Amino acid sequence: MTAFAELVAEARSRNDFSGLVDAIPYHRYLGIKLIELDGEMIATLPSNEKLIGNPMLPAIHGGVIGAFLETTAIFHLLSAGQTLHVPKTITITIDYRRSAGPVDTFAKGITTKLGSRVAIVRAEAWQDDPARPVATANVNFLIEPAGR
Amino acid sequence: MADRVSKPSDSLARRAFAGAIPHNLDLGIEPLEAQDGHALAKLAYDARLVGDPETGVIHGGVVTTLIDTVCGLAVMTALDTPQPIVTLDLRIDYLKPAKPKEDLLARAHAYKVTRQVVFVRAAAYQSDEERPIANAVGTFMLLGKRAGKARK
Repeated sequence: MTAFAELVAEARSRNDFSGLVDAIPYHRYLGIKLIELDGEMIATLPSNEKLIGNPMLPAIHGGVIGAFLETTAIFHLLSAGQTLHVPKTITITIDYRRSAGPVDTFAKGITTKLGSRVAIVRAEAWQDDPARPVATANVNFLIEPAGR
Repeated sequence: MADRVSKPSDSLARRAFAGAIPHNLDLGIEPLEAQDGHALAKLAYDARLVGDPETGVIHGGVVTTLIDTVCGLAVMTALDTPQPIVTLDLRIDYLKPAKPKEDLLARAHAYKVTRQVVFVRAAAYQSDEERPIANAVGTFMLLGKRAGKARK
């Protein structure tokens, strides 16, 4: 196992992925954290002035929302034990539904297909109301299944 | 503002973009070209943006941000009347891994402008534009009150 796969296995055994998130510099830059809510993994992106992409509205940069959704999808697969290695993104399609204001943003993933080589995850990001997502993404990954 | 100029000039659009967007400033995204629906932007390698600490490769989300930014810049320069725009969707195909310690560039073309929607293509690359690391297509909505003027 690589050092990172060991970190993943350890995080899974303790059911605490916070150290894993912090191991990635870009996650620290964005301030992404993982929390568990009713057995579900939720990613959080705290509001921060440096993430603003539209100062007139104001709104968080669309690229940051895309990055947050991709990260959420990756950690969804890792935390569900569906792969031990960081999955490789083949394609990400992001739909922006409403502008994301300068407040905390949350996201979760749902695996819609788990094959031996490909996993497909749908990720949703919201602010005040989970039923009104600010953006959704469909992410296709190449994976190495956990069993190998 | 010179009212003879209906479209933002290259330097105007670039300055407006570079100076007005906090996140682009913080990342250090540098617009290099922006005219007539074509745009090119650069993001210098930055250790804060690493996605794989074992290899030093930049996080895919940063590629998304650079592509979204350069697409928005291309859209702004394709419009006859400056107006607010928002990304409606963006699809990115990752063709090959990025190399560590190298700058990222992205080029976009807003190839079709309609009354309310602008269609864009983009590619991100490092040292060789012929070997992109990612290809993208996106659509942007026009929010101006006068949205409705399609170009030929």
